[in-house]
Amino acid sequence: MIIEIGHYALVLALATALILSVLPVIGARRGDAAMMALAPTGSLVLFALVTLSFGALTWAYVVSDFSVANVWENSHSLMPLIYKYSGVWGNHEGSMLLWLLILVFFSALVAVFGGNLPDTLRANVLAVQAWISTAFLLFILLTSNPFLRLDPAPAEGQDLNPVLQDFGLAVHPPLLYLGYVGFSVCFSFAVAALIEGRIDAAWARWVRPWTLAAWTFLTAGIAMGSYWAYYELGWGGWWFWDPVENASFMPWLAGTALLHSALVMEKREALKIWTVLLAIMTFSLSLLGTFLVRSGVLTSVHSFATDPTRGIFILCILAIFIGGAFVLFAWRAPMLKAGGIFAPISREGALVLNNLILTVATATVLTGTLYPLILETLTGEKISVGAPFFNMTFGLLMLPLLVAVPFGPVLAWKRGDLLGALQRLWVFAGLSLFAGLAFFYIQNGGPVLAIFGLALGFWGMIGALADLWYRGNFAKVGFSVGVKRLIGLPRSVFGTAIAHFGLGVTVLGIFAATTFGTETVVEMKQGASVDVGGYSLTYDGLRDAVGPNYTESRGHFAVSRGGVEVADVWSSKRLYTARRMPTTEAGILTFGLSQLYVSLGDAMEGGGMVVRIWWKPFILCIWGGALVMMAGGFVSLSDRRLRVGAPSRKAKPVKARLEAAE
Amino acid sequence: MTRKQKRLAVIAGGMSFILVAVLLVMFAFSQSVAYFFMPADLAKADIKPGTRIRLGGLVAEGSVKRGQGSTVSFTVTDGTGNVPVTYSGILPDLFREGQGVVTEGAFDAASHGFVADSVLAKHDENYMPKEVADRLKKEGVWEDGKGSKGQANQGQANQGQNTGAKGTATR
Repeated sequence: MIIEIGHYALVLALATALILSVLPVIGARRGDAAMMALAPTGSLVLFALVTLSFGALTWAYVVSDFSVANVWENSHSLMPLIYKYSGVWGNHEGSMLLWLLILVFFSALVAVFGGNLPDTLRANVLAVQAWISTAFLLFILLTSNPFLRLDPAPAEGQDLNPVLQDFGLAVHPPLLYLGYVGFSVCFSFAVAALIEGRIDAAWARWVRPWTLAAWTFLTAGIAMGSYWAYYELGWGGWWFWDPVENASFMPWLAGTALLHSALVMEKREALKIWTVLLAIMTFSLSLLGTFLVRSGVLTSVHSFATDPTRGIFILCILAIFIGGAFVLFAWRAPMLKAGGIFAPISREGALVLNNLILTVATATVLTGTLYPLILETLTGEKISVGAPFFNMTFGLLMLPLLVAVPFGPVLAWKRGDLLGALQRLWVFAGLSLFAGLAFFYIQNGGPVLAIFGLALGFWGMIGALADLWYRGNFAKVGFSVGVKRLIGLPRSVFGTAIAHFGLGVTVLGIFAATTFGTETVVEMKQGASVDVGGYSLTYDGLRDAVGPNYTESRGHFAVSRGGVEVADVWSSKRLYTARRMPTTEAGILTFGLSQLYVSLGDAMEGGGMVVRIWWKPFILCIWGGALVMMAGGFVSLSDRRLRVGAPSRKAKPVKARLEAAE
Repeated sequence: MTRKQKRLAVIAGGMSFILVAVLLVMFAFSQSVAYFFMPADLAKADIKPGTRIRLGGLVAEGSVKRGQGSTVSFTVTDGTGNVPVTYSGILPDLFREGQGVVTEGAFDAASHGFVADSVLAKHDENYMPKEVADRLKKEGVWEDGKGSKGQANQGQANQGQNTGAKGTATR
């Protein structure tokens, strides 16, 4: 019964979304307040209905109701409870329902927090959100319905894919979707602005917090996914340039660009048309990502099942929304009044450079991801584009951006002084180079060019501190006054510094882990030892163990340093009984920011085991940096300006006051 | 510089960055793209030793031999051709005889064997690499879903269940 209620709620949600797609737009055109007022209420109802539906599916998972086909295919009664919850989105249908839930969640947020928006804008934004909701509701109901029943009901489920039975599944998809789908709000704002044909700095101020929130969650989601792949797959890699990874990375890159261009628009009323275009592109990349992952054109852990009708359906959604938005853009954009102009050497100029590099880098990732698909469709030739391609193109193109990041915040708006910025920053640049050299010397080994990579990481970190140093004017006013001055600054300044610092940490981690990391593959018999990264590992044989829904052989290793045992680690091969599927569970030991990663291979004749051991120095910096970036996002989000939001009528005076505060 | 010249300089700067990016992408494509082949194609195509390719097919039954340390050799077959492959490293969990596989590497000039430096792993027991599946289906050696279970998988325990219940595994 509960399942039927969930199903019915989803159908009602479709009806609600249809009404919501049409009436507020008409209301906004006619200036009918009652019709426009429908938008926020309707969005809340929509959210409630989809939540009810999602709750019904979750209930089916928790009580292991195998009469529901979706639950039967992806669950097992012996599965630990947390995986029953997270298993809801560990499959195609459920993950689309989560996608929808988050979409309508954002609509509801706009409805609740959008009180200070002009009525017409709010009505249009919520209507555009409802268009997207309608498309995905249709998609779920017509091609991916999670509420279909089985008759007779099987006694036991087929179990969730073992790779997905992990805490990572509980966290990674919701975070990723909060980011991915969060950009829908920016898209809706852009389309609404195009419909109204009016756009100003206030628009950018409304869009910024949504962009920031989506970006922050997407950062967390990507980092979480990367860490998950790292420890779960047992290959020791943290980024594979897999099309599915790229699918989430491209919206992140475009979203980062949007974050920065919206800043220019908010402060200087420039780059209006570009910002609108970027908002459309960012969500288009999110949709493209959904298409790539969900349509089955790619095979990966993310594409749970392949069904051609689904692929075509999503392709249609993609074409309608992206195509429609671009047509609207081409038609309406010339009507928008172009914004102010500015000198190339200025904060705006630096942000334009940021946008140029980020969009070009996004384009290269897009090319590398789509080229094999397009080539195969056109000529039937099958090629693979792997990590070397992306390192060569994306990696090289991003380098100038990493060099430029610390310059941005120290340049003034309107007319900056590059020479002055250089004068201010050269000490810090020297410091970074020195830190890179020292780091390289201490770690000892690897190509000399890596010094510059390491220095680049330090440059990001030190440059962020330099920004705060000059903001507080510590050199002139002394420490205590400097701190007071810092405290008086708006939080977004700290958000920027923290996020840029985090970027530096990640870059440092990437260069340190790739330069100084080692990989050892050895055959080990019981009692044999091997030295890795200054530690000595002694293999202590295999033990058998039984888990709730799997059996495993666990290899035990004693880890010692300088003859003293410091730790021990278990690494295992599991066999999940329901699916007869083996997995490798890597043993990971953390020493400070570095990790020792032990993965078991095959058993050899004579009782030995092939063991693969990686030494990953400073690898935690990669994800740690992302966490810092995320913290920067939240700090910036907590800025009073964004929280309060500036009502349109007061936009002018508020803006003047804010510029004074800068 | 006048304002017009300044603007031109900025546009030229941006354009040249884009140009560099385009050239870089083209260069990288010419360098690092691996074409996909199956054993039968290799007779027709003339691939020089050292050229990176992807080789896909089924792992021939009874061909997997463990060598020194972590070296493994096996034969990749597609029913018509056979290619001996050596690989040094840990094989993916789901590597089995009779299962589909995609390896990446190059032919060795001396031994004429294929030396793989990566063997594609997948996360699902029903997995057949897409490239391989497309071809084998066309040639009728293998069928979707049913085939992967039937002829390849040692873990037959759940086969009946899969095919029995409205063919979900096939979808």
